[in-house]
This record gives sequence, structure tokens and C-alpha cells, in this order.
Amino acid sequence: MSTPGLFGRRLAPGRWRGPVAFAAVALLLLAVAPATLSPFRLELLSKYLCFAIAALGIGLAWGKGGMLTLGQGVFFGLGGYAMAMHLKLAEAGPGELPDFMVWSGVDELPLLWEPFRQPWFAILMVVLLPGTVAALLGLLVFGRRVRGAYFAILTQALAAAFVIWLVGQQGLTGGTNGLTNFTSFFGLDLASDADRRVLYFAVAVVLGLLYLGFRQLVASRYGKLLIAVRDGEDRVRFLGYDPAVVKTIAFTLSAISAGIAGALFVPVVGIISPALLGVVPSLELVFAVAVGGRYALAGAVLGAVLLNYAKTTFSEHYADGWLYLQGALFIAVMAFAPKGVIGLAGQLRDFVATRWPRTSSVPGHPAASGTPAAPTPGAPPSTSAEKEVTV
Amino acid sequence: MNAFMNQLPIGLSIGAVLLLIALGLTFTFGQMGVINMAHGEFIMAGAYTAYMLQDWAGRQAVLVALPVAFVVAGLMGLILERTLIRRFYGRPLDTLLLTWGVSLVLQQVARDLFGAPNVQVKAPTWLVGGGAWLGIRMPYARMFILALAVLCVVAIWIYLARTKQGRRMQAVMQNRDLAACSGIATSRVDQRTFFIGSGLAGVAGVALTLIGPVGPALGTYYIVDAFLVVVAGGLGRLQGAVIAAFFLGLLNSYVEYWSDASLAKVVVFAVIIGFLQLRPQGLFVLRSRKLT
Repeated sequence: MSTPGLFGRRLAPGRWRGPVAFAAVALLLLAVAPATLSPFRLELLSKYLCFAIAALGIGLAWGKGGMLTLGQGVFFGLGGYAMAMHLKLAEAGPGELPDFMVWSGVDELPLLWEPFRQPWFAILMVVLLPGTVAALLGLLVFGRRVRGAYFAILTQALAAAFVIWLVGQQGLTGGTNGLTNFTSFFGLDLASDADRRVLYFAVAVVLGLLYLGFRQLVASRYGKLLIAVRDGEDRVRFLGYDPAVVKTIAFTLSAISAGIAGALFVPVVGIISPALLGVVPSLELVFAVAVGGRYALAGAVLGAVLLNYAKTTFSEHYADGWLYLQGALFIAVMAFAPKGVIGLAGQLRDFVATRWPRTSSVPGHPAASGTPAAPTPGAPPSTSAEKEVTV
Repeated sequence: MNAFMNQLPIGLSIGAVLLLIALGLTFTFGQMGVINMAHGEFIMAGAYTAYMLQDWAGRQAVLVALPVAFVVAGLMGLILERTLIRRFYGRPLDTLLLTWGVSLVLQQVARDLFGAPNVQVKAPTWLVGGGAWLGIRMPYARMFILALAVLCVVAIWIYLARTKQGRRMQAVMQNRDLAACSGIATSRVDQRTFFIGSGLAGVAGVALTLIGPVGPALGTYYIVDAFLVVVAGGLGRLQGAVIAAFFLGLLNSYVEYWSDASLAKVVVFAVIIGFLQLRPQGLFVLRSRKLT
């Protein structure tokens, strides 16, 4: 993140700004929010934070690596189902069948479910399942230099296929209804407010750790390579690196973070179903990252929380209006603020700087009193700096 | 054996619909690098056009709707191109997200105008039922869709190969800068491409009313498959789109027949990934000296 502060040079060295902002957000999430929010609101916030974990992965793959992945719902679902299967079995007790299987006429536990009785196996699978699928897909697709829009279309097709498959396997996955009715999560009673608060802290801490980890990764040599691949894949190849490997690593990490998000989503919200994983929910995650600001990891987190908050608030009042608003917001963000909320400040400064250069500012000039309008649709000056190189 | 053969017209007609949808996508994608997610809503617009015309044309609505839907959907595409997409040339991934926003809005408009429940368009009496040929059941509606697609492909082929405008379109697709230098008004060509491509989606929508109900989310069922056709067929190639569309249509219907519907999409996806290992750029490649 090399965006200078709002006031340009004066804060430019600001090495302290990042840690201070992080500490402020951490304080807000870990102390202020639990103290002031009602249990209901806190639960909603933990749901948003789950989405933020998934968005973090998209920020890495799309923002830093230039891979538009429209199938994060698949990985979210793999993690979520792995966790949900364990919770279902833990609840049913040894030797018993989960309730939905009894209803759909299954009288023997499917072989696939058996190992999920072990908690360690389930947790391992939360990471391994999405990671393996993504790594395999990445090596196959990136290895043959399929990229840009092709890759986006393929991931979207994967999401569509995954959901249709899930719905079809009624006895195995609960079909359209998904898996629901969980009572406990590793000893936490999901009906008690105090225990749910602990769950909230767990989600917030996981988000913070992942954020720090991904930041470290982006700052490392590998991160530089990843950004280089985004901006000029062929040049990186000519330098002797293999872009396929670089991209596969980022894609796999993004899938793993989506899987973790799904696994935490299950106890927080209490359900995992195909409706939460398809093409549209996957696109909504990407949309959140675009709104927050795709080029900064913090933007992904901010976007996921803001957007889901807006969605809850608006859907409570006008359910239909939300779709219009969401569509309009999306068009506006893509057209006028490709760098999202985080990039708005810099974009505004660039706009002012090009429109009214400081040297030629004359006292009494109309510009001095005029408020800077929204950036022009044409080509905001700031977009050219980090333009994606694709297809 | 008979059941196996009976699946043939179903697979072919699905392939035909996919082809009509994918033609528009492959040309706008190939020529302008635009991934238009709102394309699915042009299908929906075409289908609702047929529904609206029912009041006036009765059971012949489908026939009347074909040219009308072409114009309606085409104009919608033109407006989209003029107002929004024009600003996004060279940013394909951003157009994908932008047009998804448009598609959300259009779906909600349809829901407000026509209601969320599905509606039905009555097929003309001469398309109801079916005949048998060599013991294969041939539903007339499916045969009609197939004929319609063949007609459209032939028309597009003549347009591309024989008319001045079509040749300009091919020139822009092969090398935009050189075409512009040679005096072709590329922006006008872009508008025409968008109009024709979107119009074809409208025609596909009318065809879909013959095999199922019409709802606001009609387009979303087909758009993902249509994109796969584009990926497998190669950008901007007529032959590629034809072969890929019919292959995917048949594969889909036969896997559904042999196993179950939920597995079909997974198999199709796996086949496409496998195919891309052999031909990463699709069946037919537009030769150019570009690196990508």
C-alpha cells in the first residue's frame, strides 16, 4: 500500500499510520463493539467478519494478483460443510445418524461422513479441501496460461456446478436445505449469549491474524512477484519465474481463507446451504472487495463489513429496493471509483491536483470556492497508475 | 437404444439455444474484450417480449416476437454499450462486474413489471406435439429451435463473409488499430456488433419460451453455460462457437440422461478443464502476433 495520505507529503513518511490504524480497529472490534452492541447486533457483526475473512482472500488473489475469482463460494462452502458435518455428527452422538439423514430415508452413515467424527480431521479438512481444489485447478488452468476473463468464467462455472451438485445429493448434503440446527461448537453452547460472545472474539482474532499474515506475505519477495505478475505476466516469465506457480499459491491461499470463513460462518449463523454459495453470493463477495478497494487488503475487510451492513439495514426496510441500490452502487463504483472507498481520498486529491494545479492558483479564482465534484467518468487519473493488465 | 436416440433432439435444441446466446457473447468478447454479464437479461427481455405480444398476436406470438425481440434486445444492448461499456474498453474484468450490476437492476425491473412468478407463453398449435422419424421422437418445438439456430448462423455467416459491414467487423476483430488506420469507424462497428449480438440473445429468449416457463431469472440459467461455449470455442470464431455449443448441449443432456442432473454440470466443467489442457485458447484461434 503505497498510497500517500490525504495531505500528501506532510504525512508521507508515516510509518506509524498503519499500526495505529490497525490498533484502533482492533480496539474497536475487541473492546468497543462487544461492550456496546446488543447480542443480536454482535452476532450480525460476527457474520460480517466471516465475510471479511473471505474477502481478504479475494483481496489477495484479485487485488494483488489480478485473478478475478468468481467462485469463492465453492471454497467457502467446502470449509463450511466440513465444519457442519462434524458439528452434526458430534450432536448426533456416537453411532447415530444426523437428523436430516433420517428424514431423507438414509439408514447408514455414508462413508464420506465417517472420518468427520474426529474434530482434528474436520479442522484439517477445513483447510485442506478448499486448498487442494484450488491448487489443482490453479495448476491446471494457470499452467496452460489460461488467464484473465477466461479464468473468471471458469471459476464462475465451478460455482454453478458445485451448487447444482450439492442440491442433487439430498442424502449426503441435505440438499437445498443444507445443514442446520447446531447446538454446540467445540464445547461452546450456541444458545448462550456469553458463549456466542466468545465465538465473536474467535472470529475477530482469526480475521486479525489472517490480515497480518497476508500483509506480511504481500510485503515479502513473493508479494512483489505476485504484483509483478498482475502487472506484466509475460515480463515475469521472461525473467525466469514461473507465473503459474506464483498465481496458484495466491489462489490457494485465497481459497483457504474462504474455507476458514465458511467454517466460522457455520456456528455463527447456524446454517450452511447451497443458496449461500452459488454464483450470486460469490459475486457479492467480489463486489464487497471492489467497494472497499481492491488494491488494499484493508479495503477488502472494510468493503465486506460495510456492504453486508448496508444489505442488512436496507433489506430490513425495503427488500426490493436493495437490489436496485446494489446494482446502482456497483455501476457507480466500477465507473467512478475503481479503487473503492479506500482509494477515494487519493483519487480526490489527484483530481484536485490536475484540475487546479497549486502553482497557478489565483486568489479569488472560482475554483477556490467551488467544492470538488465527483471525479469525471472518463479516465480518473489515479486509475492509470494501477491499471490491470489482462487478457 | 430408442431412449438414447430420443435424447438427441433435446441435446441438439439446447445446443441451438446455447449457440444463439454464445454468438453474441463471442463477438462482443472477441472484438471489444467485453464480458457482458447482462447478456442473460437480454434473453429474458426477448422471452418477455413474446409474452407481451401474446395479447395481440395470440398463439402466433412466438413467430411475431422473433423480429420484435431481436430489435428490443438489440436496442437494449446498444443503449448499454453507448452509456456504460464504451467507457470500459481495455478493462475486461471491470466490465464483467459492471454489467453484473446492470443485470441485477434489469432482473429487479422485470420482477416489478411482470411479477416474480413464472409466466407461460403458449406455443403456436403447429408446434405442439411431435412426429417420429426412424423411430426417434421429434418434438416440433425442438426442431423449430434447431432450424431457427441454423438460419441465424447462416445469416451471420453471410453477413460476416459477404457484406461490407461484416468484413469491417472481422477487420476490427483481428486488429483494431490497423482497422482504424485504414479508415474504418471502429466505434460504429462496435455499436453494430453489440446490437446484433444482443439481438440474437433476444431471439434465443423467444426460442426458450417454447421449452419452458419465463421468469426474471431466466437468463442466469444459461449465461454460465454460454460463457463456457465461448471459452471452449475460441474468441470471435463462428465455427468454434457452433461446434462447442452443440457439443456442450449434447454432453449436458446425455450425462443428465445416464446419471443424474446434478452431476451433468460437474462433468461438463471437468471436460472443459481437460479440453483446455489440450487447446488453452479454444477450438479455433484467431491468429495474431499478440503475446497473449
